Amino acid sequence: MAESGKIDPMHQFAIEPLFGTDHLSIGGFNIAFTNSALYMVAAAVVLWIFVIGGMKRELVPGRWQMAVEYFTGFIKNLLISNVGEGGKKYIPYVFSLFMFILLANLLGLLPLGLVGVHPFTFTSHFTATGVLAIMSFSIVLIVGFWKHGLHFFSLFVPHGTPLPMIPVIFPIELISFMVRPFSLGLRLFVAMTAGHVLLKVLAGFVINSSNAGPGFGLTVGAASFVLMIGISALEVLVAVIQAYVFALLTSVYINDAENLH
Amino acid sequence: MDAEAAKLLGAGLAAIGAGIAALGVGNVFSSFLEGALRNPGAADGQQGRLFIGFAAAELLGLLAFVIAMILVFVA
Repeated sequence: MAESGKIDPMHQFAIEPLFGTDHLSIGGFNIAFTNSALYMVAAAVVLWIFVIGGMKRELVPGRWQMAVEYFTGFIKNLLISNVGEGGKKYIPYVFSLFMFILLANLLGLLPLGLVGVHPFTFTSHFTATGVLAIMSFSIVLIVGFWKHGLHFFSLFVPHGTPLPMIPVIFPIELISFMVRPFSLGLRLFVAMTAGHVLLKVLAGFVINSSNAGPGFGLTVGAASFVLMIGISALEVLVAVIQAYVFALLTSVYINDAENLH
Repeated sequence: MDAEAAKLLGAGLAAIGAGIAALGVGNVFSSFLEGALRNPGAADGQQGRLFIGFAAAELLGLLAFVIAMILVFVA
């Protein structure tokens, strides 16, 4: 795709094995430690440090403990308002999910390119977000069938559906239910991919127009650069909103499993 | 028409979907603000629903982007 002299905006999503683990394999499957895995570990470690630092259980919380309690309280309110009191047992899962995605999105936006390291957003890969979505969906299925048994299928027939309409409503509701993990994973992956592609395209404008001469550099390049700063700020907002939307939709889906409707 | 040209035209046409999704997202937030300014007390309680509506409207624009990417890089 990339020609010489052109900026390839998709190159940033390339997965590369690191530390010479290219040919590491178990049972024929390559398990090389990639840049994606490195950033997953980084997100997990940062989350771990963040939470451990706030678990001092002081009576008068310091700044760090306040920060952690703000996030746990935020997730607790999210679950209580969407699921009810029965939602409290999902706080650990939804909190981990939210913080993991949030940190992944934000770590991928760090300006590490300044020191020569290429940041990688693993949430811009459907394999990563798809697994997170399947985890949420599995919890919905397991809890739903565990709590309600086969009565869980009444989820697909809303209350007060006239009898002749049931053969029509049931497939529609079933499809809209089965599509959930795809839409959940796809939303996060595409939002992150689109934002990063946009940033790299604008960066390409800046570099190429500056190379074309001072006239182009000052008109096209400077305007693109200002736009890029604005889009970067927007990307931080998108990173937070997408993590929030993922947690929110997970809690909405858990509500279906917990309470039917 | 050349197959490659048709693919790129299709990818460009998919951008219309992204624009229409922008209308949808704008509509969600404008309706929310309209209601929130009339009754600020009730606004905070509806933020969850606001973001569910936002996510649903945004998804279609993201799907348009996926189609464009598939046309350019995969198909």
